[in-house]
Amino acid sequence: MKTFKKTTALLPRNKTQAFCYGLIVCIMAMIFTLIFTGCGNSETSREDGQTTIIVRNWNDYIHPDVIGLFEAEYPHIRVDYAYFVDNESLHTVLSRGAAEFDLVFPSDYMIERMISEEMLNRINWDNIPNVSYLGERFRGLQYDPDDLYSVPYMWGTFGILYNPQMLEDLGFDFENETVDSWEILWDERFSQNIFMYDIARESFVVALQRLGYSANSTDISELERARDSLIEQRPLVQAYVATDGMNKMIAEEGAMAAIYNGYAIWAIQYNPDLRFTVPKEGGMQWYDSMVIPNTSRNQAETETFINFLLRPDIARMNAEFTRYSVSNMSAFELLSDDKRNDPVYWPSEDVLANAETLSHLGEFVATFDNFWTQVLAS
Amino acid sequence: MKKALKYAYIGLMLFFLYAPIMVLVVFSFNESRSRVRWTGFTFDWYRELFNNPRIADALTTTLIVGILSTVFAVIIGTMAAIAIHRLRSTRKKLDTVQEKTLLGFTRLSMSSPEIILGVSLMVSFVFFINTFRLREIGFNMGFQTLLLSHIAFNVPYVVMSVLPRLSRIDERIYEAAMDLGASPFTAFRKTMLPQLKPGIISAAMIAFTLSIDDVVVSTFTAGATTNLSILIFSQARRGVNPSINALSTIMFIVVMFLLYVINAIDKKTKKNVQDDNNEGVLEI
Repeated sequence: MKTFKKTTALLPRNKTQAFCYGLIVCIMAMIFTLIFTGCGNSETSREDGQTTIIVRNWNDYIHPDVIGLFEAEYPHIRVDYAYFVDNESLHTVLSRGAAEFDLVFPSDYMIERMISEEMLNRINWDNIPNVSYLGERFRGLQYDPDDLYSVPYMWGTFGILYNPQMLEDLGFDFENETVDSWEILWDERFSQNIFMYDIARESFVVALQRLGYSANSTDISELERARDSLIEQRPLVQAYVATDGMNKMIAEEGAMAAIYNGYAIWAIQYNPDLRFTVPKEGGMQWYDSMVIPNTSRNQAETETFINFLLRPDIARMNAEFTRYSVSNMSAFELLSDDKRNDPVYWPSEDVLANAETLSHLGEFVATFDNFWTQVLAS
Repeated sequence: MKKALKYAYIGLMLFFLYAPIMVLVVFSFNESRSRVRWTGFTFDWYRELFNNPRIADALTTTLIVGILSTVFAVIIGTMAAIAIHRLRSTRKKLDTVQEKTLLGFTRLSMSSPEIILGVSLMVSFVFFINTFRLREIGFNMGFQTLLLSHIAFNVPYVVMSVLPRLSRIDERIYEAAMDLGASPFTAFRKTMLPQLKPGIISAAMIAFTLSIDDVVVSTFTAGATTNLSILIFSQARRGVNPSINALSTIMFIVVMFLLYVINAIDKKTKKNVQDDNNEGVLEI
């Protein structure tokens, strides 16, 4: 193998070249110092007695005025507020220490995972007196049974959004039949009018519950049967969608969609003919909660912010803006009657007693993903 | 007949390319949030766009990172391309295997999935920050790491775009310049740079586009910084906010305008060159 003999080739041969080398080095050095020090804006600044807390939430998950109100009331705390993309990338970034967030709003199963991986700080409830406004049934939830790490923020269900007129046109007899079961998503009369959710866990909730199993099943034979039933259903499905399901239902491109109630509420607003139901097999309930990652260096200030978000008037602003169901009972009492009596927005106790919460299944998640790929590839 | 078919084909192609953008432009004036239902004309989303500090912040970050990463990637990539070219052609220092290995390594980050690039960059940044205690000098995950990773994935594209240009250059012009007493840098600036210009410009455009487009690498390396692509992607859960449509519309118009201006200037200079009868190897 040949080697690079002339290492001297890199040395400057005359003045101009030496000057150029010098110039390049200087420019590089200058720019890198600039980048390294000048732009270190994400650092916590304590000079003027201000503390910055870094809050990462889902997009459109807070009333736009709330941050301003908080900073006006607590001038010593600045909120660096932005968004995260999804539970999984949030977990990756946090677990590697690639970001130091003070407050994040992940979903139930991800909180369970973060707790099991010791990624969260215990919450000091003394700093959060407003916790008393939380509804009794939002305490001790499945993923955090002792209420050590999480404060519920918004919640909802997962069920079927349907268009009664279209179903009737396709031969559904509303006098003798009701939409109350996942079974309807396998009904051949509605072939090519069905939207399924395009994420593994959500789709398997539908299939597993239809077969009478738990949505958190880790029994491989049950999963295989669920997979086969999804493959069997595939020719009937018009598309596997997420947010788009909402738009497609508004535009009446299909008659039924397995979807979250948050989307259903939006869809019904634009197309009042639509109906939403959580099926009798149970359906699903979900919670997005506030947690403090263990990389946080401003826990007390973060807890002040959590306490502020739990104040009934603030929680009401957020609930009305996001249209998601709020976990704060005092805020719920402040909502309009329409909202409080809307079963899509506030499902009855019976529905919730029946609905499952997704739990973190560890290594088994890979099996779900694997089977889901098989369904899509079939 | 043939001509009509040609125009029909071009028309169809343009329709495919621009129909989605037109839909986006139209719906940026839609009163409701819905992407499918037209409820009335409004400028509200444009108003919200200019009043939303988060969108403004994200846009600023995106543009600064885009421009800086392009500049750095072009400088580093062009230097690397020249070095690779010298090694393989002029000095015959590389055999085929070495050359292929070198080029293979250059292409590696282009061909590996973005998520692998993103996670590996993130892990190495964290490693360096923790090992060398860079936090104490203010280096943390954030704007800096975002910029560095954008430079990192842009460099290979610059190399790959400049390298083919180099093999078409007549090396003797450069040598002649040196013979006539030019210093190496002047010789490079006067003979090679003008010939490399088209390659460098297209490299810069690719680099800038890639930087603005990138979601995956940014998600992992941005730390507490947010850029536009992260912001838009984070809206996937609730449906994209129409003020993003408004922003895209503005960006589309600005880019169209810029392209028009660049082409106009280009045309003018080309014409001047031809008038002066000065058209040489160096003018491209």
